[in-house]
Amino acid sequence: MGSKPRLMGYRRENGAMGIRNHVIILPLDDLSNAAAEAVAKVIPGTLALPHAFGRLQFGEDLQLTFDTLIGTGVNANVAAVVVIGIEPKWTQRVADGIAKTGKPVAAFSIEGKGDLQVIQEASRVAAMFLQDASGLVRTEAEMGDMIMSIKCGESDTTSGLGSCPTTSQAVDRWVDAGGTVFFGETSELTGGEHLIAERCIDAATRDLFQLTYDNYIKVIEATGANLLGSQPTQGNIAGGLTTIEEKALGNIAKTGSVPVVGVLKPAEMPSASKPGLYFMDSSSAAAECVTLMAAGGAVIHLFPTGQGNVIGNPIVPVLKLTANIKTAKSMTEHIDLDVSGLLRYEYDLTKAGDMMMDVIYDTVNGRLCKAEVMGHREFTFTKLYISA
Amino acid sequence: MAITPPQFLLHHDGDNVAVAMTDLQPGTLQGRSVKEGTESTAVLNHAIPLGHKFALTDLAEGDSIIKYGIKVGLASAAIKKGDYIHTHNMRSYRWEASRA
Repeated sequence: MGSKPRLMGYRRENGAMGIRNHVIILPLDDLSNAAAEAVAKVIPGTLALPHAFGRLQFGEDLQLTFDTLIGTGVNANVAAVVVIGIEPKWTQRVADGIAKTGKPVAAFSIEGKGDLQVIQEASRVAAMFLQDASGLVRTEAEMGDMIMSIKCGESDTTSGLGSCPTTSQAVDRWVDAGGTVFFGETSELTGGEHLIAERCIDAATRDLFQLTYDNYIKVIEATGANLLGSQPTQGNIAGGLTTIEEKALGNIAKTGSVPVVGVLKPAEMPSASKPGLYFMDSSSAAAECVTLMAAGGAVIHLFPTGQGNVIGNPIVPVLKLTANIKTAKSMTEHIDLDVSGLLRYEYDLTKAGDMMMDVIYDTVNGRLCKAEVMGHREFTFTKLYISA
Repeated sequence: MAITPPQFLLHHDGDNVAVAMTDLQPGTLQGRSVKEGTESTAVLNHAIPLGHKFALTDLAEGDSIIKYGIKVGLASAAIKKGDYIHTHNMRSYRWEASRA
């Protein structure tokens, strides 16, 4: 167990390595979801990514939407992209951002044409993209070629004892092999943020981490809200977690022991020349966080859960592991790896890490994870403030 | 490893709370610390479900609750050794407004 098999992925035009080969139909805005979904029906095998935003956003909030859309298109799990928007300018802006990678991209806008004509034109291009993508072949890949992301959800006390330490094993092995890993969940470091600060590789990284954390928490604390039920969630509380500090230490237990080499803005891509563990400023809400990390370039995601979060992502396999025996037994269609045996001392953490790596290798090489099989494709934007 | 599955786990020796590894009934329980591997027994006063916590020491209101060797909250009421601990008698020390 745990011995590394040959890893095979899709090398993209810009050198990035993907593990899936999606042709996506990407709406610029909520108004274009219907046309995008229609194209994906006309050309089965393509994937529409409907979402709720993209209109009358401005400033940093608009920029984050662009970064999320462009980053999703740029992601190495995507072979080609059809962008559809209500008007041509922003549609083209997203298409141009993706085209910089050398990836096939086409843009269509609806105003002055209507959905039906756009669906016809876009479907012709989508058909060509899909056929071309199907001819791409996997080539040998290294962990150092790929970005992994981690985020836990519906955590309980078993997360900090079992599924998060198991994830840590994978994080350390991935980074030691030259790979890059993202973690985030800014508010969910509260009570253990000093542990992350101590692991920052230099003073500049530490200062940026602390500033990023402080700014996020200021927004939350300024509300004066009672967060019990939100953070920790009602699911966390049902699973035995009582405070944000207790939850945070379980969360941090999944980040491995390697240094934090950088701090990323939401959806920001890291420098390819500096691999390692990155903190990405992000919400702790599962779909928001995984969407941002995918836009930053993650091609595989590890998701430890306690009570049984079911999240997936349209373009990134989201692997679930749990150390809660009840969840492992009652939610088998969602759980990729049961490590509850760790808490019964049936095996040790190194062995649990080996089991995790075996699931990762299979997933890299094309085996569908449970979230993919179940059709979980949550594509959820982080909104920084109200629209104009 | 021929270790009997523990009924409770604590993260570190010295933590003043432990976590139930199955749905537990009141009584004397066998457990261990994850970090050091120290075996111990503890008495539980209430029935608690898998994943929920109980006190390993007496705690006065305002005392720190220690898990992972780190303060993770405060006792919001007096807690006796063996008592169930959750939102009814423990709160965040960082987010003052977060209370049951």
